[in-house]
Amino acid sequence: MNRTIYDLIGLSAGVMFILALKGLSHPRTARRGNILGAIGATVATVAVFFYASEGNELPLNNLGWILSAIAFGVLVGVPAARKVQMTAMPQLVALFNGVGGGAAALVAIVEYLKLGDSASTGVVIATVFTVLVGCVSFSGSIITFLKLQELMTTRPVVFPGGRFIIAATLLGTVASAVWVVIELGTTPLLILAALSLLFGVLFVLPVGGADVPIVISLLNAFTGLTVAAGGYVLDATLLIIAGTLVGASGTILTRLMAEAMGRSLFGTLFGAFTAKPQEAGAASETRPVKSGTPDDVAILLNYARRVVIVPGFGLAVAQAQHTVRELADLLTEKGVDVAYGIHPVAGRMPGHMNVLLAEANVPYEQLSEMDEVNPTFPQTDVALIIGANDVVNPAAKTTPGCPIYGMPILDVAQAGNVIFLKRSMRPGFAGIENELLFDPKTTLLFGDAKASLTKVVGALKAL
Amino acid sequence: MDLIAIITIFVLAVFVGFEVVSKVSSTLHTPLMSGANAIHGVILVGAIIVADHSETNLELGLSVVAIVLATINMVGGFVVTDRMLEMFKGKSGGRANQNSGDKK
Repeated sequence: MNRTIYDLIGLSAGVMFILALKGLSHPRTARRGNILGAIGATVATVAVFFYASEGNELPLNNLGWILSAIAFGVLVGVPAARKVQMTAMPQLVALFNGVGGGAAALVAIVEYLKLGDSASTGVVIATVFTVLVGCVSFSGSIITFLKLQELMTTRPVVFPGGRFIIAATLLGTVASAVWVVIELGTTPLLILAALSLLFGVLFVLPVGGADVPIVISLLNAFTGLTVAAGGYVLDATLLIIAGTLVGASGTILTRLMAEAMGRSLFGTLFGAFTAKPQEAGAASETRPVKSGTPDDVAILLNYARRVVIVPGFGLAVAQAQHTVRELADLLTEKGVDVAYGIHPVAGRMPGHMNVLLAEANVPYEQLSEMDEVNPTFPQTDVALIIGANDVVNPAAKTTPGCPIYGMPILDVAQAGNVIFLKRSMRPGFAGIENELLFDPKTTLLFGDAKASLTKVVGALKAL
Repeated sequence: MDLIAIITIFVLAVFVGFEVVSKVSSTLHTPLMSGANAIHGVILVGAIIVADHSETNLELGLSVVAIVLATINMVGGFVVTDRMLEMFKGKSGGRANQNSGDKK
């Protein structure tokens, strides 16, 4: 295959990527878009095997290694993506993004090792960029994975002098980057890689709670730019196009997500440096709460005219989407007006709840977005909050300086009664006490969301 | 390829990237992120190219790792995005039987 044909195939793959992103922006075409993207990527990958670069012959050198490595990657990636629980998807995306960044950094390192002194300054700069950002994306994504998987604390990790350590690491990273460009050597490049990995960790550690998805999106955009720079190093136009597309759309997406949560991007990334430490809630935790039985909850629901169900991460964890639908159907039969109030970032990612409830075939019309449902809370008799906390926490309005301050919330406090189905009194993902739990009109039903809902359904049927 | 051509491609791709996702509902934020994530898995092409160029064992070893990682990113990314988007399939009909199939 000659270079022209190879480049034209690359161009068509690039066009497919554009159409893929376009398709993914609309519900009706999203699935087709994704499949188109997959076809584009496959076409681009297959084409490499049939193109001999100048001075080389087909088949590719090390063909056995290449094919085995691809087969191994498929054997790891596909089952992971197939088997992952809906609840664990965000961290899997973070992990996939991280390995992509790592791959780009490795590609640049290998190319640099091979080129040695013959590399032009432009190529060296692109290499440095690829290694730096790729490593940040890799280690940063691993930390977000650990946070979402709850293998480490989900709260912002802030340590004394943290901001100076971060600043020093950043300075060191930039200095070693300059060193690589001037001196050209393997040692400076490896130091750059090590410092970038460290910076990625330090960069993500102070980000906590609901802001983690925004960081995943940002790191995704980073990886895109890394791939684009890698494309320059390798003189591969398709990589430049694909990487830039992802970098640009990822940046916009990050901003949209931040807006949906009422955050400035800057505040998200650097909020942990400025936020005051939480006032200890030790004293308040001993305050009494009103906990009820499934029968109490069933009675409240039975005599309500309007019920708004607010799902959160607890619903996802308990896989209670089918049970909640059963409850909603039952209430609808009894003439109760039922709606779901979906916070844009309920769960661990935007759209998480929509995906989950759609799996249980909840009618799309019953899902109301925050702006629609908030004005209706004063006319709502019961707000049933299932495993959500931060997205209904009034602290977002009343406590300046708390990590979620300024985030729009669902105004469940306006409803006649508030019912929380919770596993325990443990605070939500952001780690903040919820005053609403102590409100006199709040009833708590402790336990796994699915078990609790099943009992409530039983009690409701018996009424 | 000369620098100006590359900068041209870069700038135009930035605008296309901005344009295609500028108005998207929050429901689709996650699948869109995941799909874009899969697309940058195309670094696999780069990993294969450097594996082909590799002369030393070190270079080959690193490229093989890069290929594995890139493949996981690309293939896993598209599969997981497709799973997220199952909610949008067959909105008009046939939902009941799909549901029974999904539950296993």
